[in-house]
Amino acid sequence: MLLIECPHCGPRDENEFHYGGQAGIAYPTGEVTDAEWAAYVFLRDNPKGWFRERWFHVHGCRTWFAAERHTVTHEIRTLP
Amino acid sequence: MRFTFDGRELHGEPGDTLAAALLRNGVRVVGHSVDLGRPRGVFSAGSEEPNALVRVGADPMLAATTVELYDGLEAWSLRGKGRVSLDDVDERRCDKGYLHCDVLVVGGGPAGLAAASAAGRAGARVILVDEQPRLGGDLLNSRLLLDGAPALDWVDALDLPGRVLTRTTAVGYYDHNYVVAVERRERGDRLWHLRARRVVLATGAHERSLAFPGNDRPGVMLASAARTYANRYGVRPGSRAVVLACADSGYEAARDLRASGVEVAAIVDPRPEGLEPGTLAGHVVTGTTADTEGVLTGVFVRDLAGRDDRLIEADLLAVAGGWNPAVHLFSQSQGRVTFDGHLQAFVPDVPAQAQRSAGACRGLYGTREAIADGHAAGAEAAALALGTTVAADGFRVPGCDEPALRPPAALWHVESTSPEPAFADLHRDVTVADLARATGAGMRSVEHVKRYTTAGTGADQGKTSGAVVVGVMSALLGAVPGQVGTTTFRPPYTPVPFATLAGRDRGALSDPVRTTAMHDSHVARGAVFEDVGQWKRPRYFPLDGESMEAAVLRECRAARTSVAAMDASTLGKIDIRGADAGEFLDRVYTNMFSTLAVGACRYGLLCRADGMVFDDGTTTRLADDRYLMTTTTGNAAAVLDWLEEWRQTEWPGLDVSFTSVTDHWATVVVAGPRARQVVAAVAPDAVDLAFMRYAPADVLGVPGRVFRISFSGELAYEVNVPWAYGRALWEAVLELGGVPYGTETMHVLRAEKGFAIVGQETDGTVTPHDLGMSWIVSPRKPDFVGKRSYSRPDTARTDRKRLVGLLPDDPAFLVEEGAQLVNAGGPMLGHVTSSYASDVLGRTFALALAREVAPGDRLTAVSGGAAHGVTVVDPVFYDKENARRDGDPLEGAPPPYAGEVRAESPAAAFAARFERAGGQAVTLREVPFEPMWEVRGDDPGVGLRLGPSWWLVTGDATPRPGWVDVSGQRTVLELSGPSAEDVLITGCPLDLHPSVFPGHAQTLLGRTSVVLERREPGRYRVYVRSSFARYLAEWLLDAIDAL
Amino acid sequence: MSHPDFLWRNPDPRPAYDVVIVGGGGHGLATAYYLAKNHGITNVAVLERGWLAGGNMARNTTIIRSNYLWDESAAIYEHSLKLWEGLSEELDYDLQFSQRGVLNLAHNLSDVREGRRRVNANQLNGVDAEWLDPDEVKKFCPILNVSDRARYPVMGATLQRRAGIAKHDHVAWALARAADAYGVDLIQGCEVTGFEITGGRVTAVETSRGRIAAGKVALAAAGHTSVLAERAGIRLPLQSHPLQALVSELLEPVLDCVVMSNAVHVYVSQAHKGELVMGAGIDAYNSYGQRGGVHVIEAQMAAALELFPIFSRVRVLRTWAGIVDVSPDASPVIGPTPVEGLYVNAGWGTGGFKATPGSGWVYADTLAHDRPHPLAEPFGLERFTTGALIDEHGAAAVAH
Repeated sequence: MLLIECPHCGPRDENEFHYGGQAGIAYPTGEVTDAEWAAYVFLRDNPKGWFRERWFHVHGCRTWFAAERHTVTHEIRTLP
Repeated sequence: MRFTFDGRELHGEPGDTLAAALLRNGVRVVGHSVDLGRPRGVFSAGSEEPNALVRVGADPMLAATTVELYDGLEAWSLRGKGRVSLDDVDERRCDKGYLHCDVLVVGGGPAGLAAASAAGRAGARVILVDEQPRLGGDLLNSRLLLDGAPALDWVDALDLPGRVLTRTTAVGYYDHNYVVAVERRERGDRLWHLRARRVVLATGAHERSLAFPGNDRPGVMLASAARTYANRYGVRPGSRAVVLACADSGYEAARDLRASGVEVAAIVDPRPEGLEPGTLAGHVVTGTTADTEGVLTGVFVRDLAGRDDRLIEADLLAVAGGWNPAVHLFSQSQGRVTFDGHLQAFVPDVPAQAQRSAGACRGLYGTREAIADGHAAGAEAAALALGTTVAADGFRVPGCDEPALRPPAALWHVESTSPEPAFADLHRDVTVADLARATGAGMRSVEHVKRYTTAGTGADQGKTSGAVVVGVMSALLGAVPGQVGTTTFRPPYTPVPFATLAGRDRGALSDPVRTTAMHDSHVARGAVFEDVGQWKRPRYFPLDGESMEAAVLRECRAARTSVAAMDASTLGKIDIRGADAGEFLDRVYTNMFSTLAVGACRYGLLCRADGMVFDDGTTTRLADDRYLMTTTTGNAAAVLDWLEEWRQTEWPGLDVSFTSVTDHWATVVVAGPRARQVVAAVAPDAVDLAFMRYAPADVLGVPGRVFRISFSGELAYEVNVPWAYGRALWEAVLELGGVPYGTETMHVLRAEKGFAIVGQETDGTVTPHDLGMSWIVSPRKPDFVGKRSYSRPDTARTDRKRLVGLLPDDPAFLVEEGAQLVNAGGPMLGHVTSSYASDVLGRTFALALAREVAPGDRLTAVSGGAAHGVTVVDPVFYDKENARRDGDPLEGAPPPYAGEVRAESPAAAFAARFERAGGQAVTLREVPFEPMWEVRGDDPGVGLRLGPSWWLVTGDATPRPGWVDVSGQRTVLELSGPSAEDVLITGCPLDLHPSVFPGHAQTLLGRTSVVLERREPGRYRVYVRSSFARYLAEWLLDAIDAL
Repeated sequence: MSHPDFLWRNPDPRPAYDVVIVGGGGHGLATAYYLAKNHGITNVAVLERGWLAGGNMARNTTIIRSNYLWDESAAIYEHSLKLWEGLSEELDYDLQFSQRGVLNLAHNLSDVREGRRRVNANQLNGVDAEWLDPDEVKKFCPILNVSDRARYPVMGATLQRRAGIAKHDHVAWALARAADAYGVDLIQGCEVTGFEITGGRVTAVETSRGRIAAGKVALAAAGHTSVLAERAGIRLPLQSHPLQALVSELLEPVLDCVVMSNAVHVYVSQAHKGELVMGAGIDAYNSYGQRGGVHVIEAQMAAALELFPIFSRVRVLRTWAGIVDVSPDASPVIGPTPVEGLYVNAGWGTGGFKATPGSGWVYADTLAHDRPHPLAEPFGLERFTTGALIDEHGAAAVAH
């Protein structure tokens, strides 16, 4: 049970949140190729190490936010 | 205390473990080994026991060394495996608890006690957990004097702060300093979840044996265990003992055995020097002899040079093979261990979390050094947790007369010509020869050897065998133990019953049951329910003795020919408001909503970015800047989350907000040509609504909402009132002639019209086009979620599966839902998604998804190995011209409904049970009909802040423009009394300590979302969704009952 | 069960191989075995970062079945199941392959529809499948609670009688022994740290034990595939998650089939030695940590007791996690990559064990002939661009 720092509610147990995967995936604008569109829909980074990801405080303040977490140690550091 | 073992009546003393009591009664053979069937006796005095495994009542397998004796206990021996039976299903209740602290100390021995004491003196919130019934750790088992007095006097004199949990084993150490512990209580275990800023591990050490032939005989025992039985339980584990002292603890055991009247025939020490005159120094044990039952009768001893070889008569061989620091929790916490050549053991190296080991679990075996180390660790942990510096606290390490300990012998395995097996793992019957075969086969990794031999996978999880296996392997491979390494230590530290982990999430509480305001009416009417997500929905309403088929035909007929009513309260309802609400909807729906007129309703499809249909429903424009979206029952929460995701992460600039009003509004669908007649009596203002129009209306004297939406093709109204009046509305509609119908009839009616159901006609691979709904995909909008996906090569194919209708050749034959469609033995073309008997068609019909078919095609539907002919038809079976949607004209003006209209709160049915459950410690009541509003945007200056720009205003407020009335969305359960917090901590993960808890929070309680508010110390309000009120009421009553 | 006295050599790596397989798990070993056996390609190295079959192969719940919904999936898993049926004999090793039947329970009307749909599709695809009503379920598995008073009553089940379990370690060691006997070098403690790519073609791997030249390089690294692919400059549609599992203490025989439930989320069998083997759900977040949250185990136990009240006092002995590589459509990715000579076989998610021989078979064939094996063809990377996914999430409702 990870302890995740919600920017509004403070540290809460992981099961109050939904995981949102990689943060910062931009919605494609303008004309995009099939491959570019597929990358937006299906391709996400999967690093072994620090990972910028999204969480949704579904059972709390219902805020989406990004945090950085290490995918081996599970250490979480807040983003500026 | 009387107890039985294999049916034999025996007597023990209070405070005995079952193992102690068995030894007290001279029981030497407690069970037989799992593979070889060799007799086995008590080997240890703790949870590391590999041999003395017994069945106790419904517990299939317990270590006798961990079972506290009670009067009437019944135990049976085992052959290394537990036994369960349907005749003996245990219903014992277990519970959970959630606690927080600055410093958690695991282990109540000398180091742990000193740590807890130090942390408490420094002002930290402390929790101390210990496995034993009484604090003291190894001091309980020894005759050691501290400051000249019995050691337990020192323990009793300590002033321990915070919460002390005895009989509590920390079994798991997880990320972010989360420790899980099992408290054994007579009324059922409690699983504690402990979140600590700092953890001090003071878990002690396990004594180990070594591998020599015949080392598994009953009578061969760890020296520390022999000492424990003699000192703590006053039980002589034998009458004539040989002590194998690879470590100096063997000498202490010898002294204590002598003191309890055991003759010590010899002390055998492999090291060159003995600590006592007469010690057989430089000697090892090379084998054992046994009587006909397999119980130890003698010990072969030989000097290392092989000259002196003798048999010493003995019924007890106390083995002090050395110590293994209990690094299990440390290792679980991802800390790295390292091999200490001096101690001949793995010790903690680099911790991975906010944690420190103290005392014997890091190799400091002396009592004084453990106390000093524990004190330092506790003081440091408190300072780090509190952000202070370590200060002198006047603590004094007591004096004691322990000699300094010498390094143990580096001996893991004794070579011998004896034909007897030399065991490395007693529970799994793994011998040195087995290990040698594994390395001989090419295995170099200790993990491979573990799997090849099963060593370390037994009931004790390698606590007694792990070091021996590593030691023997290192000898076999010509390496040192540090190179071989250990296998991974995995939770739990000791085995945990399934029921303990399940806690109170059993039966009806295993998952919340959601119910509508009309639920009790449905039950009273004999409805048969269907699980839809967590909801209980009436599937049909059988009359006496009526089959489902007959009931559904009757309900359908009512809807098609007169008037019928359905509880549609479970549909998700989302209040969407803001200047950009229309623009937002345009971006998430496939069709246009910004152009919708105020007061109009429109059907819409939501798709995922991959273009596949995700949900559907009608959305109504309530005002210029305000819409009401409806969703399917099952997807309501997912849709709300989906909307929030797009708004917050993709379009934060849009002025739009979402408020769930699913539970606020109770919804009754009134459908059928005579629906107008009923609506005229309950909501006369709305009776003239045009199709796909909405109006706020007075409903039974209550402000409500009426929508003219139809999912059946008939004239239909969706009448909404706040939750409290839902039941009254339902009863009124039925009294006025509405025939109640359930989900099954709803499905038939919509299928006759060719309307798809998300999740039935769709499966995550279906686009709007596939459903024949290209008309709803706007060609004019620049973009919407999913649009780009339709032009991908596969999605743009013209030969994709489409929604079609099917008519079975035999009009009485009901095709199976899930039947596969084939054409003359060719490949599968699709499958049947829906299939019903239709009253109005006078025959069966079906919907299907299939490719490369057209109306008129003949196909075969294959199911259960049988094939049935069907013909493809247009999926709209009934009233293609939509001629029925306006129903019959009103026949005169019916009088307004004159029955009683009574408000009912969501937990009203619980009032009496709440009353009965209340007492001195805690009382529970519902605070009904509390007015509530959700407020977005600017701070209203009143109410509870729920999130950024989000408030819940309750009670005597005057609503301002823009506030969303959610009075029916939640109800309030109030819990008060000195034990209120004790109830909450069994299911609320938050730290409720006044220094931390801000007064209110949105969080989880049990398995549901709540707003928890502390009104004053000992008085809490729980704001719970109305549909979850029944679940939470049951949950709270259960928690109070379990106190 | 007695294991052989000899399993494999522990060779040092040679400077070059025709094929280098990265990952010494079940799929990697099976690939090596079939390269040698079916295609006569034996100048092969299997490079394993840790110890052979120490990843998901050592951590899975050993369920084998082929009752997948879509034709493409049923074909490849059924091919695998057919190989399982002859594998103990072929490898001369008791794999403890036991076709004891797998039940997939239905708990609501939607489960029933989807279960029947899958049974019918399976039967037409030549995959054995039956639909059982609750009474028949009770007869097949008498200790299962089919009471209609349960929170989510059992409304029926699909049954594949040819499905079952095998002993994962035995499978890995049998394949390893056979590959080793063909001359394949199984090199443990050898981590691939990079790829030498010349003119868009892979020519060698860099490893913790030096450079190894390779004619072809085949990734078979499950949860770690993304990390390796990134070193070759490739992004794959994979996410790595912990998947937890557990065993109980040893019990006398009590459960002689495999029971899976998606709605209540349990899958359980009893291993030959007597322990109950159970799987839990995947932890939500990306991780390479090989550990998960205890709440997942708690939920799993609560669900298990709804189905099996008889297990109430049985104790969990050990929990652990593997790292599963999950693809967007819950189907594998098999085939060539944008780097010439570099192949990928990944994305098996929670279901890789059952595919071990089938996956190895088609991957070896793909490597040997430089084109996807017909059964692997639908599982190429390009499907994510065209949209021709093989979505085994919802419809099959049995992701594991």
